[in-house]
Amino acid sequence: MVDLDYPFSETAVRALKAGDVVRISGTIHTGRDMLHKYFADGGEFHVDFKDGALFHCGPVVVKTTAGWRVVAAGPTTSIRENAYEPGFIRATGVRLIIGKGGMDSATLAAMQECGCVYIQAVGGAAAVAAAAVKRVSGVDFLEEFGPAEACWHFEVDGLKGIVAMDTHGKSLFTDVAKYSRRQMDILTQPMSSKGKKK
Amino acid sequence: MGDREAKKLLKLIGETSTSLPDDVEGALKKVLAKEPRGSSARIVLETILENTALAKASGTPLCQDTGTLSFYIDEAVKDKVTPEDVKAAVAEATKKGLLRKNCIDPVSGRSFDDNCTEYTPIIHYKSAEWRKSLGLEGTITLQLKGGGSENMSRQYSLPSTILGAARDMTGVRKCVLDAIFRAQGYGCAPGIIGVCIGGDRATGYEVAKEQLLRRLDDISPDPKLARLERWILKDANMLGIGPMGMGGKTTILGVKATARPRLPASFFVTVAYMCWACRRNSCG
Repeated sequence: MVDLDYPFSETAVRALKAGDVVRISGTIHTGRDMLHKYFADGGEFHVDFKDGALFHCGPVVVKTTAGWRVVAAGPTTSIRENAYEPGFIRATGVRLIIGKGGMDSATLAAMQECGCVYIQAVGGAAAVAAAAVKRVSGVDFLEEFGPAEACWHFEVDGLKGIVAMDTHGKSLFTDVAKYSRRQMDILTQPMSSKGKKK
Repeated sequence: MGDREAKKLLKLIGETSTSLPDDVEGALKKVLAKEPRGSSARIVLETILENTALAKASGTPLCQDTGTLSFYIDEAVKDKVTPEDVKAAVAEATKKGLLRKNCIDPVSGRSFDDNCTEYTPIIHYKSAEWRKSLGLEGTITLQLKGGGSENMSRQYSLPSTILGAARDMTGVRKCVLDAIFRAQGYGCAPGIIGVCIGGDRATGYEVAKEQLLRRLDDISPDPKLARLERWILKDANMLGIGPMGMGGKTTILGVKATARPRLPASFFVTVAYMCWACRRNSCG
């Protein structure tokens, strides 16, 4: 288990390897479909992602007398941001992208170049992720994008994840995709229904 | 509708959003034992089970995507449980944070505050026979289906030269395996698969999704379909996609298939993908 604390240094991030289990603490920001498109379209933007973390997440947040309370905060599918992410990484200097499902080779290349890793949080595990959020320090674009798409600023303590794409060009998802492609070919060959046992 | 029914609906929404059906939780516990200690697959499954227990204990949503809400109500109680009653309960559950503000106008981009519009939540009034055919208890069933899994549902038209799939059960199997392969971990594997063989395009998707209401231990009464369900489940778990697509022995927890008459010109195979957070529950 590797502990990562905000601000995330390039050295710490480049030392990570695909498969490492990490615990993230400090400030992280949520951002998904609308934020990525807005950023790519050149929208005005003042959130500082330098040495920071971007969480692909649309949380359930309720307003209480004591402020915002996060009740559910699992990751959303990251592939939808493939078109935007390389540009986002290069422009902002973000160090951690937290999401689910992984991203494409262009994003992996931008990660290698800039020193950024992709961290897989467990999809659907929203209660565990919410429990790691200690405080909501603010929110941007709440009116414009709605609560699920807004850019929330969380203070987290020990948010768990697995490094799935590292700065050395390794992606766990590419390995799985290749293996399953081979198995698929074996399983769907004419006259055969036997796959190779893993 | 009286206060008692209103409370019952709110309780149903809360329980559906915050807990997994016992058969799904049981299946996840069973497959956990198959994955080696320290593997990504094992860590993912442990987190899923920890999350399930935590959500239930704290009464908070299991997954932040509280999904498309589909209510299936016995037509015999139509007068007691009206669409207005359902909407009132959904609005209240949204206010309480049991449901995310999860409903967006695609044209204006506006988010609806209470998830209630002329078209949402989706409410079906169904016969008692229909409920019995899917093994549903009580009179009201609610299903929550998240967008990540919905994005992975697919429809095929047989024959398919690309898949090398003909109009037979071997061809149907190829379509379903293709859908599972393409979904990788994006639909939040290990998933549950609903299949409709035949029908038209619209009913294909509707019926495939309804199959996801069946319990995992429910076996098709048609021996040919029961065999197909078992066959696809076994093969899908040889793909090595694993929990959340990080590799492993369990990609799919169950396959539920049914068939509908088709036209001579059409042979659709519709695959509904449900995430491990398969939230369904019944009451009354």
